[in-house]
Amino acid sequence: MQWFYSHFNYVLAVLLLVIGLYTILSSHNLFKKLLGLSIFQVSISLFYISVGKVSGGTAPILIGDSTQGEVLYSNPLPHVLILTAIVVGVATLSLGLALLVRIHNAYGTIEEDEVSAKDRNQ
Amino acid sequence: MAIYLGLALDIFSWLLLVTGGGFVLIGAIGLLRMPDFYTRLHAASIIDTLGAWLILLGLILQSPNWMTALKLIIVVALLLFASPTTSHVLAKAAHKAGLKPLLGKDAHD
Amino acid sequence: MTSLWLNAVLLIFLFIISISILRTRKLFSAIMLTSLFSLLCAAVFVGLDAVDVAFTEAAVGAGISTVLMLGALALIGSNAEDRSHTSTHRKAFAMCVSLFTGAVLLYGTIDMPRFGDHRAPAHQHVAPRYINTSPQEIGLPNMVTSVLASYRGYDTMGETLVVFTAGIAVFGLLGNVLKRQREKDVLPDVGEHDGEIVLGIFAKLMVAPIILFALYVQFHGDFGPGGGFQAGVIFAAALVLYALVFSVESLMLAVPLRAIRILMAAGITLYAGTGITTMLLGGQFLDYNLLAHNPVHGQHYGVFIVELGVGISVGAVMLSLFYSFMNYRPQQRRPGK
Repeated sequence: MQWFYSHFNYVLAVLLLVIGLYTILSSHNLFKKLLGLSIFQVSISLFYISVGKVSGGTAPILIGDSTQGEVLYSNPLPHVLILTAIVVGVATLSLGLALLVRIHNAYGTIEEDEVSAKDRNQ
Repeated sequence: MAIYLGLALDIFSWLLLVTGGGFVLIGAIGLLRMPDFYTRLHAASIIDTLGAWLILLGLILQSPNWMTALKLIIVVALLLFASPTTSHVLAKAAHKAGLKPLLGKDAHD
Repeated sequence: MTSLWLNAVLLIFLFIISISILRTRKLFSAIMLTSLFSLLCAAVFVGLDAVDVAFTEAAVGAGISTVLMLGALALIGSNAEDRSHTSTHRKAFAMCVSLFTGAVLLYGTIDMPRFGDHRAPAHQHVAPRYINTSPQEIGLPNMVTSVLASYRGYDTMGETLVVFTAGIAVFGLLGNVLKRQREKDVLPDVGEHDGEIVLGIFAKLMVAPIILFALYVQFHGDFGPGGGFQAGVIFAAALVLYALVFSVESLMLAVPLRAIRILMAAGITLYAGTGITTMLLGGQFLDYNLLAHNPVHGQHYGVFIVELGVGISVGAVMLSLFYSFMNYRPQQRRPGK
């Protein structure tokens, strides 16, 4: 139980990942799959940022005055990686949405089983 | 003297924060329990305007330097414009879409 | 202790919202829940001391992402529903795969160090070097900006290139904008808000302060949370607000598509150009020390210019994505119909 309390963030990040993955795998709707993908990406960001947190630390912005003595900062490196990941995530989301719109224009539907049925009948 | 000022600021900001939190709770309960879209919108707008303003005012009294207080005042000014506009736009959009408000038994059109 | 409780409560909310996204049928509600999910995640990031990441997540995830998803939904049909009738077989398979992945990952987290442990391997070697030497080598208070733009500047250039690629790829997929512009031989009513008086006044009041705020975030990113990405997204959001209240045509008169295309490329050219400049000055690619007599001043100049390039590029790409989605007119081409 003590392990659960001290690893709560990681357990929840894994749970969010499981939900995102299940949304992608089980839904036939392409839009829902994209939403599941964004849940997945957020869970990964959560995991990284939780790894970077230092108890008793503060945001990695240098405090100017020297009266504080030795200040503990949270790790800035995962923040940089996740900043990149979030922006790349929105880039892929926009591309996925553009593909979705074109698929809807071509097939009239965004359910993947109906799309494959139309392809097979053609 | 400074201690009393600090104590007064603390008590006042606590009052504002708790009242703001109370209004947020009232708005949330209203959001769940109200029968109609327009009444639910009114409950939600309470959270957005009154709840947010009181909480932010409480935080302004707690700020360590005047720079933070100024930034919070700018946030309050932004919310002053944005929150009522949002509620207005939602109500107008619902009205345009044809959603009729739920009228009481004694209401005449 | 209270921050840990707050963190736990917010994470439980995130979990509940993600299950709601899974189970909602109406896509409009699912998009709103996703926006709420991103905003709550930004709050969690603030609790975990990641202020720059929270800023980016709030601006990008809860801002631009929602606008793009709503734009795509408008092209699909606003009442679109998730009509999947997944067979139990497939649901069981999906559940098995997801749970297996989750179990393997949980097994991996068993011997991870305690949350917040400052002796964890993640906080040794590289991070203390950045934290201890960045005041002398770069001299910017915001260490995330100094790592992003200077120590890991090459990665950030790649990331800006990815954003640029997404912009031109969406152009390729959805861009029949020029054809529509040529068809327009009558000037649209600029500034007409067709009866939406409150919203019109609000938009006219807000656009300038939001742009000012974007510039503040851009140039203050060295001293506080902020930087190029957030600034570009906020700038695009201001213009998107104008386009949503008045028409997209009025925005395209103010910010034409040709200008956006040039700006998209100009930002990344600025970034790579800085690198090539330092190479021509005799150093390595993106070695900012050579940009001025004093290496620390050179670092400041370098970070300033590349963040400006990132901001310009990201703002232009976000706006071009909005233009592409708003101006798409589906053509009557259907296979096998």
